Amino acid sequence: MKVITAHNLTKRFGSFTAVDGISFEVEKGEIFGFLGANGAGKTTAMRMFCGLSRPTSGEATVAGFDVFTQQEQIKRHIGYMSQKFSLYEDLTVKENFTLFGGIYGMKPSQIRENFGLTVGRLGIEKYADTLVGGLPLGWKQKLAFSLSVFHSPEIVFLDEPTGGVDPVARRQFWEMIYDAADKGITVFVTTHYMDEAEYCDRVSIMVDGRVEALDSPRNLKQKFNADDMYGVFLYLARTAKRS
Amino acid sequence: MISAINISKNYGGVRAVDSWSVEVKRGELYGLIGPDGAGKTTFFRLLTTMLLPDGGSATVAGMDIVKDFKKIRRIFGYMPGKFSLYEDLTVEENLRFFAALFETTIEQNIHLVEEIYSQLRRFADRPAGKLSGGMKQKLALCCAMIHSPEVLFLDEPTTGVDVVSRREFWEMLKTLKSKGLTIMVSTPYMDEAQMCDRIALVSGGRFLGVDTPENTVKNFDGKLFSVSADSMKTLTADLKAFPDTITAFSFGDSVHLRIRDNDGSIDHLRQYLSNYKNLVISEIQPAIEDCFMAKI
Repeated sequence: MKVITAHNLTKRFGSFTAVDGISFEVEKGEIFGFLGANGAGKTTAMRMFCGLSRPTSGEATVAGFDVFTQQEQIKRHIGYMSQKFSLYEDLTVKENFTLFGGIYGMKPSQIRENFGLTVGRLGIEKYADTLVGGLPLGWKQKLAFSLSVFHSPEIVFLDEPTGGVDPVARRQFWEMIYDAADKGITVFVTTHYMDEAEYCDRVSIMVDGRVEALDSPRNLKQKFNADDMYGVFLYLARTAKRS
Repeated sequence: MISAINISKNYGGVRAVDSWSVEVKRGELYGLIGPDGAGKTTFFRLLTTMLLPDGGSATVAGMDIVKDFKKIRRIFGYMPGKFSLYEDLTVEENLRFFAALFETTIEQNIHLVEEIYSQLRRFADRPAGKLSGGMKQKLALCCAMIHSPEVLFLDEPTTGVDVVSRREFWEMLKTLKSKGLTIMVSTPYMDEAQMCDRIALVSGGRFLGVDTPENTVKNFDGKLFSVSADSMKTLTADLKAFPDTITAFSFGDSVHLRIRDNDGSIDHLRQYLSNYKNLVISEIQPAIEDCFMAKI
């Protein structure tokens, strides 16, 4: 099953073409890395997939819904987490999950059950009634991820989820991503850490609004004759004309 | 040029900077390497006289950060982590403003940042808010330099910036250093540590140690092995479960393994992993990130 399909998807702002006819598909349960230099068009593309920005032309579906006509349904079926911590610091852990579960229309019984599973998995049962503001940063990041998949979305969009996180917590975070993917949640992730690109099933690299490369990390390294993903990225990013 | 002795800052019960001692020589490029919450920003705010310490003391160019704060403020340039220029002023107006604050002119000092400003000149009339991320960063660096400071404090200048622009930025810092400037720069990206003369590793308010990047790697405790095989997803978990393992962390397309140095432990490991296809185990040189993880 395809969770994302995009065909010639384009977004223009006036005379500027931010996203220039991108086409690809993402499979259910896949960890899909979405890479590109600053200004390559990643954020604009991601906003279209999240139902936040209407494309100028082309076609795309997310979780089976059309990005032109079914933006509200898309928002109900996706999860989203950005680098900027987005839980309410002055609510407890439990209050945050109850609030977000309610917004997504989950039943109180379902919220209780999922919350029990979530804190169990994180090993933070004791802190359910602690204000989020007082928790260590590494935990907050993990909570934010757990919250983004709390309503069992078909796909979760992670926008630089590990920026600034310490190296141990960064690796624990990727173990959570693997778990989610094993449960069939598709993961769409951006990162500036090139080692993390290696953890994806497939990686796309955007340059000047276009997808210039898309394959497994292994095949990309072979194709561009590079030792690591850093080499691949450097090769492609240097071809960019935008600044 | 910069000297801190047991300096501390607490917020409520949190020790944001817990008794750090730092000596930075004139002309040195000194890196503070650590994740969010390490205390990097608080340390910069102490040295730039924006915060008062709760304990210890520090001097910049021989001047005390508490008593001589007015004098210190004239001799450093500071680039905060968050973009802090006036978005509705143009590139040139921002630069003129910062020059005027220090009673100098663009013309007098632009030669200091000519290589950087030459890339910005074609946008001179553009509002700063309308620049790309990379250009904003270059402008912020120019504004921090336009009064010809002796010391430059750069708080995470490359966070959220792609790897190509990051590399460019470090080249700019090397150019500035070659002109005799003292630079203290913080970053959460461990791979950037290589670019510094010396690096301090910091985490959770603690100062973990300082050395050259080469010595930091050389003083790594024990041996480090790289392990790779066809099915990477289970490999890390299996390595963590191996009895002689100290730590096993995924590292791009391999797993970095620290192991108790018993006789034959690597042979045992090979047997333990014999189900894996294309298994490769080799001893490697640690990276700064390995050193950091071994210390926290």
